[in-house]
Amino acid sequence: MSSASHSSTAHVHRDDVGSRMGMWLFLFTELLLFGGLFILYSVYRFQYADDFHLAAKELNTILGAFNTAVLLTSSLTMALSIVAIQRDQRTLSLFLQIITIVLALFFLVNKFFEWTAKFHHGIYPGSEELLSKSSGEILFFGLYYVMTGLHGIHVIVGMFLIAVMARMTRRGTITHDNYVRLENAGLYWHLVDIIWIFLFPLFYLIT
Amino acid sequence: MEKHDYYNEHSHSYAIYILVWLALMALTAVTVAVAGMNIGRFTVVTALTIAAFKAYLVLTIFMHLRSETKTFLVFVIVALLFLGISFVLLFSDYSFH
Repeated sequence: MSSASHSSTAHVHRDDVGSRMGMWLFLFTELLLFGGLFILYSVYRFQYADDFHLAAKELNTILGAFNTAVLLTSSLTMALSIVAIQRDQRTLSLFLQIITIVLALFFLVNKFFEWTAKFHHGIYPGSEELLSKSSGEILFFGLYYVMTGLHGIHVIVGMFLIAVMARMTRRGTITHDNYVRLENAGLYWHLVDIIWIFLFPLFYLIT
Repeated sequence: MEKHDYYNEHSHSYAIYILVWLALMALTAVTVAVAGMNIGRFTVVTALTIAAFKAYLVLTIFMHLRSETKTFLVFVIVALLFLGISFVLLFSDYSFH
């Protein structure tokens, strides 16, 4: 803990480590937000195990797996865009960020069709069809809409965030020696990915 | 473990990310395949183990925890510990009702 260790970055008037640490602290609040919902899910799944299995049969596993692949790939392009900016390949970085946004949009379009199909079958919060089912199934779909919906909002926020980063990259605000904002946007995006990594098996793979 | 100076010694390599992505895709395929098999109560254990491993890969490689200082690692472990505590407390409360 010698104070001399600070001197190497003393001439730079910014604190990238502190910036990333701040982002991580924010991510922990997100973790607790979703964590609370995961706790709720696990208690109800424990209580209504059979109903949850029955209700999960309504979900399309192939579509869920496909969306998982889309989101994992978008995380890859996000991570690669940071490597590109580190190597001072600005155009490539910009291109990878745009691909990330396109993949996020693709994820949301799939989600839209998935939800629309459910609505079409009369399964939406408060519908007669849903309310005629057992209480465990009602809870399953309630949690499904709340958790994938909240996750979807995070995907939209992430898209906007990356769009702002792309603009900054294009304008030269984000450069090969100043890219902590892009890293923080990346951290947010990967967290959204991690949440989906858990949502996917818990909702789609319990049949 | 002060060997990683984030901005100077960072490998800046594309290969590691592509490898991790391939691993994540393979694990997704595995988890879907396992869910299709009828192994009873082990289904959820397997699914969560695979999901945890995928999250570990994303945290360490994509989110650069591997190359950050130890402070970040301690932060993340403490945060996960508190989430774990809330799970344990809730379930212990729930099972005695």
